[in-house]
Amino acid sequence: MARKISYQQAINEALAQEMRRDSTVFIIGEDVAGGAGAPGEQDAWGGVLGVTKGLYHQFPGRVLDAPLSEIGYVGAAVGAATQGLRPVCELMFVDFAGCCLDQILNQAAKFRYMFGGKAVTPLVMRTMVGAGLRAAAQHSQMLTSLWTHIPGLKVVCPSSPYDAKGLLIQAIRDNDPVIFCEHKLLYSMQGEVPEELYTVPFGEANYLRDGDDITLVTYGRMVHLAMEAANNLARQGIDCEVLDLRTTSPLDEDSILESVEKTGRLVVIDEANPRCSLATDISALVAQKAFAALKGPIEMVTAPHTPVPFSDALEDLYIPDAAKIEAAVRKVMDASRSAA
Amino acid sequence: MSQIHTLTMPKWGLSMTEGRVDAWLKQEGEQINKGDEVLDVETDKISSSVEAPFSGVLRRQVAQPDETLAVGALLAVLVDGEADEAEIDAVVERFQAEFVASAASEQAQGPAPQKAEVGGRLLRWFELGEGGTPLVLVHGFGGDLNNWLFNHPALAAERRVIALDLPGHGESAKTLEHGDLDELSGAVLALLDHLDITRAHLAGHSMGGAVCLNLARLAPQRVASLSLIASVGLGREINGDYLRGFVEAANRNGLKPAMSQLFADQGMVTRQMLEDMLKFKRLEGVDAALRLLAAAIADGDQQRHDLRGVIAQQPTLVLWGSEDAIIPASHAQGVEAEAVVLPGVGHMVQMEAAEQINQLLQDFVRKH
Repeated sequence: MARKISYQQAINEALAQEMRRDSTVFIIGEDVAGGAGAPGEQDAWGGVLGVTKGLYHQFPGRVLDAPLSEIGYVGAAVGAATQGLRPVCELMFVDFAGCCLDQILNQAAKFRYMFGGKAVTPLVMRTMVGAGLRAAAQHSQMLTSLWTHIPGLKVVCPSSPYDAKGLLIQAIRDNDPVIFCEHKLLYSMQGEVPEELYTVPFGEANYLRDGDDITLVTYGRMVHLAMEAANNLARQGIDCEVLDLRTTSPLDEDSILESVEKTGRLVVIDEANPRCSLATDISALVAQKAFAALKGPIEMVTAPHTPVPFSDALEDLYIPDAAKIEAAVRKVMDASRSAA
Repeated sequence: MSQIHTLTMPKWGLSMTEGRVDAWLKQEGEQINKGDEVLDVETDKISSSVEAPFSGVLRRQVAQPDETLAVGALLAVLVDGEADEAEIDAVVERFQAEFVASAASEQAQGPAPQKAEVGGRLLRWFELGEGGTPLVLVHGFGGDLNNWLFNHPALAAERRVIALDLPGHGESAKTLEHGDLDELSGAVLALLDHLDITRAHLAGHSMGGAVCLNLARLAPQRVASLSLIASVGLGREINGDYLRGFVEAANRNGLKPAMSQLFADQGMVTRQMLEDMLKFKRLEGVDAALRLLAAAIADGDQQRHDLRGVIAQQPTLVLWGSEDAIIPASHAQGVEAEAVVLPGVGHMVQMEAAEQINQLLQDFVRKH
């Protein structure tokens, strides 16, 4: 039986194995080793939640603590990527995107296009996403849609330890800038992960459950809530197909359309805010390209259009849960039944 | 004298801890013969039928459809002879009272596969049973030791039985030097040396059959008998499209048509089976290994090796499924061996007709 490790260990292992394999891979970010200017405590932190812990001593000179300036070190990583290195920079919380957005939006994402394909930018930006840690509005956002909106970026959001390792290795080997979104509530999740190197390709959704009645499309932590809802609904005779997108850019349109053409019903579950989101994007895709297959209205289960609340009670209400997903599925089933 | 038998949740493969009861195939009061399929069970990896290891009347369906039960849990009570309801109640009650404790301890100390550097490369193998001349199980192209999950425990009731992952497969090292039959047979020989086995019965499926035949050619003194299941090396034709399709498949939609050709019963090709195969194919080195081996086995629709000449040298059993879409069952004819073609079964004979294959292998190996 394959060995079980956590999502966090899977990310650490992918980094270590790729750094061992390829000497151009290096890590840069805030507190990724010991915290800049903290002599004698060189591996004290290993990232704010310890994801890069232990790498500093294994790879001397290749795990670099940066000053508290995202525009500075993210810019340095983008520059290094254009010069033949493969940096993995860490944006501690995705909420800090504003502090380095030009480096990503106007520089990294544009080089290949503006230099006629002659420049590549093999950059990975690892970043923590999602709500649920009682970390309030500036440390809890699900900004996957923000990155997905930008052409020239690839956007990854793994839902399991297996996918985290395989997608991160793929991200490091990819020649385009990749935003690698790690959900903070998944770090301790355990799962079977091969010890060997492997890659999970981008743009290939994972069928976590085959079903005939309705398609649930989701990604990241919401995958587990969708599975919980699907298992509950199965007991009530509703057979859900669950698709984990794995990457939101590129998007596996074929799998989404193929599944909806089979089931005729769609619920999209997205932890992000709903305006201009993956949920609206996928709903539009299906309405446009698989309208004839639809037997009922498309439903979306998302966070509301508000910042993430700090209050425990409100944060719990803010994040989509299995009950909301089940209610949405029932709504679609009922609406399509009355139409038939 | 009447006998009360308990039918329990089987353990199919290393990772199975529980199974979901899908449907009963036999009803209470029906006479069941040993080997009959009694109910369908589904795990996260596979779905199959539970066969009765004994004959009797199905007196009690203890497990309910849709119920998920641990390995070893009580499914049914069969009675060979007479028994009243009170006796059956007592058996069920005693079983349920004793079961919980044993399940936990068995999980903790169950046998596990081993890994070691053997002949200069990492090999994984799994040993069950003890005594007698050992039997070695060799899987086919793209397979691993789990291909024997329905066979390994049953065969190990009478002897030491070793299933291995060939180089390039399972959890053995993926890098191949030449990627030919000699390299694979050499790895099996190296494992025999490593385990101090001077002579063994060999059973091989598909490409694994050719690996066994080739081993018998290289080191006949090490081979007590050969059991060849839907084997490569016994004729010219092979489904080249299958090999190409399997090697090229990089996602579920690509893999499904290839995997479907392996089974007569399409219900065996589960979502999890496809996902597990994709996970294997994504491992570093697997793609290169499979390409080398596919080229070593066949040139288009023609096999490269005719190993029929090896057969006459030791006792050989040839087994096939009549519906094999990879290598035609006609290859079972005209060889100097005991040959059995099982009707309605595809290429994965040992999975689709496990009970029959186990019986045939057991009887054959016992004789030699």
